[in-house]
Amino acid sequence: MGLKTFIQGWPVYRQLTGTDPLGRGAAAQSPRSAGLTARTETADGMARSVCPYCAVGCGQRVFHSGGQVTQIEGDPDSPISRGRLCPKGSASKSLVTSPLRQTKVRYRRPYATEWEDLDLDVALDMIADRILAARAETWEDVDEQGRPLNRTLGISSLGGATLDNEENYLIKKLFTAMGALQIENQARI
Amino acid sequence: MAEAHPVGFQWVMEAKKRGAKVFHVDPRFTRTSALADTYLPIRAGTDIALLGGVVRYILENQLDFREYVLAYTNAANIVSEQFADTEDLDGLFSGYNPDTGSYDHASWQYDGQEGNATVRGTGKERDSASGLEHESHGEPVPARAPRDETLQHPRCVYQILKRHFSRYTPEMVARVCGIPEERFLELARAWTENSGRERTGALVYSVGWTQHSVGVQYIRTGSIIQTLLGNMGRPGGGILALRGHASIQGSTDIPTLFNLLPGYLPMPHHADHPTFDEWVDSIRHPGQKGFWGDSRAFAASLLKAYWGDAATPENDFCYGYMPRMTGDHGTYQQVLNMIDGRVKGYFLLGQNPAVGSAHGRAQRLGMANLDWLVVRDLFMIESATFWKNGPEVATGEIVPEECRTEVFFLPAASHVEKEGTFTQTQRLLQWREKAVDAPGDARSELWFFYHLGRVLREKLAGSTQRRDRALLDLAWDYPTHGPHAEPSAEAVLKEINGYEVATGRPLGVFTEARDDGSTAIGCWIYSGVYADGVNQAARRRPRHEQDWVAAEWGWAWPANRRTLYNRASADPDGRPWSERKKYVWWDPDAGEWTGYDVPDFEKTKPPSYRPPEGASGPAALAGDDPFIMQGDGKAWLYAPGGVLDGPLPTHYEPAESPMRNPLYGQQANPTRKIYEHPINRMNPSPPEPHSQVFPYVFTVSRLTEHHTAGGMSRTVPRLAELQPEMFVEVSPELAGEVGLAHLGWAHLISGRAVIEARVLVTDRLTPLRVDGRIIHQVWLPYHFGTEGLVTGDSANDLFGITLDPNVLIQESKVGTCDIRPGRRPTGPSLLDLVGDYQRRAGMTPDRKVPVVTTDAAGGDDAAGSTDEQSAAAHQDGEPHA
Ligand code: SF4
Repeated sequence: MGLKTFIQGWPVYRQLTGTDPLGRGAAAQSPRSAGLTARTETADGMARSVCPYCAVGCGQRVFHSGGQVTQIEGDPDSPISRGRLCPKGSASKSLVTSPLRQTKVRYRRPYATEWEDLDLDVALDMIADRILAARAETWEDVDEQGRPLNRTLGISSLGGATLDNEENYLIKKLFTAMGALQIENQARI
Repeated sequence: MAEAHPVGFQWVMEAKKRGAKVFHVDPRFTRTSALADTYLPIRAGTDIALLGGVVRYILENQLDFREYVLAYTNAANIVSEQFADTEDLDGLFSGYNPDTGSYDHASWQYDGQEGNATVRGTGKERDSASGLEHESHGEPVPARAPRDETLQHPRCVYQILKRHFSRYTPEMVARVCGIPEERFLELARAWTENSGRERTGALVYSVGWTQHSVGVQYIRTGSIIQTLLGNMGRPGGGILALRGHASIQGSTDIPTLFNLLPGYLPMPHHADHPTFDEWVDSIRHPGQKGFWGDSRAFAASLLKAYWGDAATPENDFCYGYMPRMTGDHGTYQQVLNMIDGRVKGYFLLGQNPAVGSAHGRAQRLGMANLDWLVVRDLFMIESATFWKNGPEVATGEIVPEECRTEVFFLPAASHVEKEGTFTQTQRLLQWREKAVDAPGDARSELWFFYHLGRVLREKLAGSTQRRDRALLDLAWDYPTHGPHAEPSAEAVLKEINGYEVATGRPLGVFTEARDDGSTAIGCWIYSGVYADGVNQAARRRPRHEQDWVAAEWGWAWPANRRTLYNRASADPDGRPWSERKKYVWWDPDAGEWTGYDVPDFEKTKPPSYRPPEGASGPAALAGDDPFIMQGDGKAWLYAPGGVLDGPLPTHYEPAESPMRNPLYGQQANPTRKIYEHPINRMNPSPPEPHSQVFPYVFTVSRLTEHHTAGGMSRTVPRLAELQPEMFVEVSPELAGEVGLAHLGWAHLISGRAVIEARVLVTDRLTPLRVDGRIIHQVWLPYHFGTEGLVTGDSANDLFGITLDPNVLIQESKVGTCDIRPGRRPTGPSLLDLVGDYQRRAGMTPDRKVPVVTTDAAGGDDAAGSTDEQSAAAHQDGEPHA
């Protein structure tokens, strides 16, 4: 390290000669922090997204590297949120990367006291069978005057309000076609 | 708002910086109160009394925006002479049928139009929550009603309004709400002074307002004020509903609700809509003014989107496949049916009713009595583990070895692991890009339902059963991609938007919808979100590069309008009401409407347009009818039909209240939906005896750091750490009265449950002086349950189930309880404590909650025929004499 570099390394020198006379910014920066790069700069990519909590709809920028979310920040371009996020929105990265997230199908047999594992495809198949059985058992073709009913009251559903519009659309379309009328949502609650 | 919608609240602070005065009304002092100019504490459940006071203040002092009111509202309309008000009938309107607990709307109609009523007091509309259909349009009325432009006719809406609210004086507001007169007058003065040509005021509510047995009428009262003051359809005005979930508006527009189809088309009813034509005519009301007149095209296009090639004009677009309602199939009726063993299977899709719905014990016992349950969530929530960890396992009511419910837990993809649109609280759709793949077995709902449909159809292939035709003929062909065959959300969005069947061209606007099968539209109010084949919801032009309306950020329904009914921002001649408040106006040179927003009006219809005789649909709207989805193009101060619990809002006490209604003999909403089921025992309220067993009022709401039932926050370390424990806020006075120690324990008891919480003694809650006595209110967060990083008892367990009649939403913002120091009992002795309270309060399993508490109904429909009978009925606890 030459003498010049050494002197320039002094914060007070940088403070007196640089653009930061109050010594609160660049002048006070340590070599360690000078060498750091923001996760957002090295990310593989950034997805424009929306906060999943309340209905304000704050814009989010989701940075990711190696298939993992590395940072979620407010989107400064958003006319709704101007880059801000509240405590919940700011915790979104913890939400999506939480170690508590379930990543495997779990199955509880009738009268069992514990969960067991189940393949996703098998689960989907079993659920389809149960839907068909419930329809067969509870199907109502017509009312007592012969007017159409086309339905089962043996199946219910309660959907969250954090589902996408496209998802709600397919849910309603499929349930309606299977005659399942008792489809409800947080919007009722 | 600062607590539950913090980033939205920045705009309130911006307005305050520019001189706006901010008033905050809440039972509890919050961060919003701290930043407001004036805070008004209120007794939970009395907002109609407060707002009714403001209506009276406006009318008594003639502070309404008269030109706006005359031109754009039904103030001058003359009402039937058969109409009798709550003033005449001690809290009931004319037309009440005590046998069904509902109203016949004939006498509420305009003069000479009594025969037009569509609601005839059978309770049918309540069971199908028909009020919800009015999210996008009004109840039908004939276009031409008798009017008195001088507003002097004793039966004109203006005069009826004046009489109806005449007793909502500042003294009465103080007596009912516990708000001091001076504080009320400060609010009324500021609101009226800040409205008119030059200024506008906004009313903001959070959807806790809907969680009352009179929820819809709360909002109606706010609408009456904002309409009288000319604050609707104008910049800086309006009524802003702060909805609580990322896409709860979307979940109503494209509903997963039993009584609605996309775009607020009603689910068919077996008796009213046996055929396609009858169904369509019940929506469009032939001869009706307004855009709803085109609904045959919307309905045909929806069925075309559902059943594709199979849907033809000849077969009424497969209308015969549609399931039919016969009554109330809402979530609470379903839960009671589960307890009674009538439901086989239940899907929970990112929803946690064990914590989030009213009467948690009923929810959990219902789930414990199913054949099978499918839970799709990010985390292991209480509704998936009720058979193992629920409170009923501790009390012995659920024994895992005896509980037959088969449970499938399927992990879900998070918001960054899939693409799609959310509709936020201002009807704005925003597209989310996908960032990463979902881990392990986690999948989107789009994946789950698409593949579930695929498997069902494969299993049914070749079936000759008639009931399987609807599934086999379903248009269920979406392009997929990736290793898991994820369906394309954009393809679904295109179907929602609608397209021309022959060419696949996406429609640009809903007026392109046709009723001949040439268009398919998944949700007509969303038509335009995929206009020109471009995903308009994905638009993100930075805010610095556009004006304050920011029309190129996302896409708002309908037709990208940011402020609804914005034709009202101009005067009848099409000129802005003032330079300061100009927004949308008529440009006579160009011959079209113009302005900052997309005009909510036919673009080239001049202000001077008058409909020809016999016109219907949009053509029947005059050039100065701004409220274009209403049957008469007017804003309704008085609703001659459609609102099931009255043409005007009326203060009723909550279903559970420690007080007699100070305004009328009628205690609570006489049309509220009551479920008489052994599990659903309501605490007694006056005039029933024993209400003093539950002397305190409790209310619940959100913490900034948690989200609803906690599934997305008690599982997140940072949020869990910020709010680690269930607690109850009590005033120092109540703490002294009951013997509660700060940071100690307390338990709260209702007729349904006992829960415990840590005590926070704080002057954020104030004892209120109402009707000559002191009422104590306590506050609880409702986020806690048995799973996650931080756990606690669930506040919603305390509530019973009573619903608003219009929309079947439960009263879960106010109830009565007792509070005692120390921890609650555990095990079976917890049930003994509830049983003890039920006994003391006379809550026997066969008790009937009194519905009508006045003798004044009059006529044949009289609630009580004699005083003696009525008094005896009250004592017996009979619903009505
Ligand atoms: S960041 Fe906060 S205010 Fe914004 S949408 Fe998310 S939860 Fe709502």
